[in-house]
Amino acid sequence: MSITDLFVLIPVIVIAATSVVIMLTIAFHRNHLMIFLLTFFGISLAFSSFLIIEPYVPHRITSLLILDHYGLFYLGLIFSASLVVTILSYNYLKECEEDHEEFYILLLLATLGSSILVMSIHFASLFLGLEILSVSLYAFIAYLRTREHSIEAGIKYLVLASVSAAFLLFGMALIYSELGTMELHQMTARIATISNPKILLFSGLVMIIIGVGFKLALVPFHMWTPDVYEGAPAPVTSFVATVSKGTVFALLVRYFTQMNIQNFNSLFIVFTLISIASMFVGNLLALLQNNLKRILAYSSIAHLGYLLVAFLASGSTAIMAVSYYLVAYFVTTLGAFGVISVLSGKDRDADSLAEYEGLFWRRPWLATVFTAMILSLAGIPLTAGFIGKFYVILAGVKSLLWFLVIIMIINSAIGLFYYLRIIVAMFTHPKSEEVPLIASSVSLSEGFILTLLTLILIWLGIYPSILIDIIEHLELV
Amino acid sequence: MILLWIIIIPLLGGLLAWLSGRWSQLWPRWVSLISLAVQMALFLIILTEHFGEIQISGRPWLVQFDQPWISKLGIHVNLAMDGLSLLLVLMTNFLGIMAVACSWTAIKDRVGFFHFNLMWTLAGITGVFLAIDLFLFYFFWEMMLVPLYFLIGIWGYENRVYSAVKFFIFTQASGLLMLVGILGLYFIHGRNTGIYTFDYMQLLGTTLSETTARLFMFCFFIAFAVKLPVIPFHTWLPDAHTEAPTAGSVDLAGLVLKVGAYGMLRFLIPLFPKVASDFSPIAMTLAVVGILYGAILAFGQTDLKRLVAYTSISHMGFVFLGIFTWNTLALQGAVMVILAHGISIGALFILVGVIHERIHTRDMNRMGGLWATAPRMGGVGLLFALASLGLPGLGNFIGEVLVLIGAYQVSIPLAVFAGIGLITSTIYSLWMIQQTFHGPNREGWKVSDLTGREIAMMTAMIAVVVWLGLYPQPVLNTARESLNNLQQIVKKELVAEYSEGFISVKTGAP
Repeated sequence: MSITDLFVLIPVIVIAATSVVIMLTIAFHRNHLMIFLLTFFGISLAFSSFLIIEPYVPHRITSLLILDHYGLFYLGLIFSASLVVTILSYNYLKECEEDHEEFYILLLLATLGSSILVMSIHFASLFLGLEILSVSLYAFIAYLRTREHSIEAGIKYLVLASVSAAFLLFGMALIYSELGTMELHQMTARIATISNPKILLFSGLVMIIIGVGFKLALVPFHMWTPDVYEGAPAPVTSFVATVSKGTVFALLVRYFTQMNIQNFNSLFIVFTLISIASMFVGNLLALLQNNLKRILAYSSIAHLGYLLVAFLASGSTAIMAVSYYLVAYFVTTLGAFGVISVLSGKDRDADSLAEYEGLFWRRPWLATVFTAMILSLAGIPLTAGFIGKFYVILAGVKSLLWFLVIIMIINSAIGLFYYLRIIVAMFTHPKSEEVPLIASSVSLSEGFILTLLTLILIWLGIYPSILIDIIEHLELV
Repeated sequence: MILLWIIIIPLLGGLLAWLSGRWSQLWPRWVSLISLAVQMALFLIILTEHFGEIQISGRPWLVQFDQPWISKLGIHVNLAMDGLSLLLVLMTNFLGIMAVACSWTAIKDRVGFFHFNLMWTLAGITGVFLAIDLFLFYFFWEMMLVPLYFLIGIWGYENRVYSAVKFFIFTQASGLLMLVGILGLYFIHGRNTGIYTFDYMQLLGTTLSETTARLFMFCFFIAFAVKLPVIPFHTWLPDAHTEAPTAGSVDLAGLVLKVGAYGMLRFLIPLFPKVASDFSPIAMTLAVVGILYGAILAFGQTDLKRLVAYTSISHMGFVFLGIFTWNTLALQGAVMVILAHGISIGALFILVGVIHERIHTRDMNRMGGLWATAPRMGGVGLLFALASLGLPGLGNFIGEVLVLIGAYQVSIPLAVFAGIGLITSTIYSLWMIQQTFHGPNREGWKVSDLTGREIAMMTAMIAVVVWLGLYPQPVLNTARESLNNLQQIVKKELVAEYSEGFISVKTGAP
C-alpha cells in the first residue's frame, strides 16, 4: 500500500476519523449542536476532498478497492444524502428525549460502510463494507427505543440481514470454489471463458442474488421493508431507503455488469422474474396501505423493480439509466421523508394518511414540496422522476426488453392510484373536526434543505443535460 | 423565439396568478386574462407577419424555433407552426379566455391556485400543438395532465376525486405506451441512419418492418384514442366532463379531445402511413360506431352536463372518421369540426355552468320552463343546440358535411350510417332544449337572465360559430397547405408500395 493509495482514500478516512472524534468528544462533553456541526463538517470535508483526489482517479487501492469515476460519483451521492439526513436528524432529534449524540456516530459508520461498498472490487471488501453498514443500521433503526415498533423493526432487520449475510457468504464460498478467486477482475476473466455455468457457480451466484435481494428489498425478499420503514425514525428511514439501497444497487451493477451476468440466460430469467414480481407486489400492496411510510416502503420495492429493468438492459445506456434513476430517486425519497420528519413530533412520526388531509390548506409550502416529490415518484414531467423513468424505458427499448417495458408501464398506471391518493388527501378540504398534526414549526435549515431538494428535483426534470454529462463518463474500471 | 414565448407566457401568468391569489380574489383573474391577451397579441404578430405565406404551397412551417435541449439524446426544443397549428392554438387561446371568464363568479375558493392550474393546462395544450420534437410533444402531453387533474379533483362536483383519478390513469397509462412507440421509432431510425433524433421531420419515412410499424402505430393509437375518445376507450370522458368545474369541462371538451385528433393527423398517419391505411377500415367503423353510440347514450341521460359530454363522443366520431378517410375534403371537414365543435361544446358547457350556478342542479327532470324568466339564456342555448345538431349556416354543419362527402367517396355504407348521426343529434339536441327551457316549469324556477359578462362571452362564441358557418373559406385556406403537406408525405410513402389502394391516393383533391 503506497502513499497515493492512502491519499486517494482521504474521503473514507475523514468519515472514519470524524466518527472517532465524535466518540471522544461525547466522552468529555455532550452537546447536540456541537456534535451535529462536527458531523456536518466531517462529511463536507470528505466531500470537498474530491477536488484534490480527482486527478488520481481511476486508482486501484490494493486488490480490495478501486476508486474510479463510477465510485466517485456514488461516493458523492452517498455524502450528499448523508448531509441531508444529518440536517433532518438534527431538527428531528431535538424534539425527542433520548440522548442524541450517538445517533451521529451510527450515521457516519453507515456512511463509511456504504462508501466502501461502492469502491469494492473484492468479495472481502464487499463483505466488510456490507457488515459495517448493516451493523450500524441495526442500532440506527432501533435508536428511539422507547417508541412503539422501534425495537421490533430493529430486530427484524437484524435477523433478516444476518440471514442474508449468511447467504452472501455461502455464495461467495461457492463461487470461490469454482473460480478460485474472489477478485472481481479475475472473476470476470474466468467467467468470460465459461459459456454455461456449472451448478456450483450458478448456485453461488443465485445465493449472492438472494443476499443482495434482501438488502434491496426485492420480492420475495422484501418482508422486512414495510415494518422497518414504519418502525424506524423518519430520517433513518430515509437513509435506509436511499443510501443503503442505492449503494447496494451500485454494487450489484458493478459486479454483475462487469461479469456480464446478464448473458447467462438462466440468471437473466431469475432477474426478470424478480423484477416483475417486485413491480407487481410493490405496487399492489401499496394500494392497501393507510400508513404513509408503509406506502413509501412498498413504492420503493416497485422502484427497485423498475431499476432492475434498466439493469437488465445492460450496456452503457443501462449504467446511465441506473445512475440517473438513482439520483432522481435519492432526491425524491429524501424530500418525501424530509417532509414526514418535519411534520413528525416527539412521540411518533406523522405517518398516517389521515394526518395529511387538508395539508395543502394548512401548510401550503410543505404540501407543495410533498406533492412535487410524489409526482416525481409517479414519473410526471417537470420532475426528476420523469426523466429517470424515461431513461429506464429508453434503456429497456434499446435492448429490446419489450415485455419488461410493458410490465413497467402497467405498473406505473397501478402506482398512480396510491400516489394520487396521497395527493388527494392533501388537497381535500379539512373536515370540521381538525386533525391535530403533531407538527412543530419548520426550522430554517429544514426549510432550506426541502426547498433545495425541490429545486434540484425540478431542475433535473427540466434541464437534465448537466447530470447526463456527468454520468456519461461513469465507466466501470 | 416568439413560439417559445407563446408557451412561456401562460406559464408565467399562472405562477403570477397563484402568487397574487394570496392578496386578492380578483388579481388572479386579471393576471390570467392579461397573459392570455398578450398571448393573443403574439398570435396576431405572427399572423400579420406571415399572412401572405399561409397559402404558399410546399413550405413546411410558417415559424420555427429550434434549440438543443438534451443534446446527448438528440432532444431539441423544436417548436413550429403551420396553418393547422395556428388555427388550433388560436382556438386554445380563445377558449382559455372563455374559461377564465366563465369562472369569474363560479370559482370563489383558492382562486389563485385555480388559475395557476388553468393556465398551465392551457400552456401544455399549446405546447402539444406546437411541438414537433417527439419527446417535447410527449413532455407537453403529460404536462397538462397534472393541472387538469387538480382542476377536476379540487373544484369539481360531488364525485370529483373518482373522476379525476380515472381520467389521470387512463391518459397517463396510454401516454406511456406512446412513449414506448416514440422510443422504438427513435432507436430504429438511429440504427438505420446513425442519427439519433426525436425530430418529427427526420423521423418521417423511417423504414420499419410491417410488424414493428403495426406495433408502434398501435402504441400511438391507444394514446390518441383515449384522448379523442374512441369507443371503447371513452369511459373516462363522461365522468371527467361531468364532474369537472365549468372551466375544466371547457378545456377538456374544447381542447383536450382535440389534442388526440391533432396527434392522429400530425403524427400517427404520417409516421405510419402504410399500416394506417390498412387500419383505416377498422378505424372508420369505430368512428361510425362512436357517432351513433355517443348519440344514443346522450339521449338516455337525465343529467344535463352528462348529456353534453356524451354528445362530444358523437361529434368527435366525425373528426375521427374524417382523419382516417384521409382525403382533402374529409380532412378539411375534420379541421372544421374540431374548431366548430370546440366552440359550440365550450358554449354549451358554459351554459350548463350558468344554469347550475343559478338553480344548483343538473337534473333535467327538475328543470323546464326556464325560457320564461331567462329568454336570452334560452335563445343562446337554442342556438348552440342547433349548432350541435348541424344546422346549415353554423360551423358544425360545414365540417360534418365535408366529412360525410369525403367519407362517401371511400365507403358509402359508412357514410350513410354516419349520416344517421346527424338525425340522432337532432333528436337529443331538441330534446335537451325541450326539457330545460320549454315545457312546464316543474319546480317554479325564477332564474335571473344572463349577466353582461355572460352575454359578452356568448356573443363572442356565437360570432365565431356563425362566421365559421357562413364564411369558412379563410379558415379552410389557412389549413389547406398544412393538410396538403401531410397528404404529400403520406402519398410519397404509399406510392412506392401500393399502385393504388389507400384512399388518399385514390380520390385525391376534388
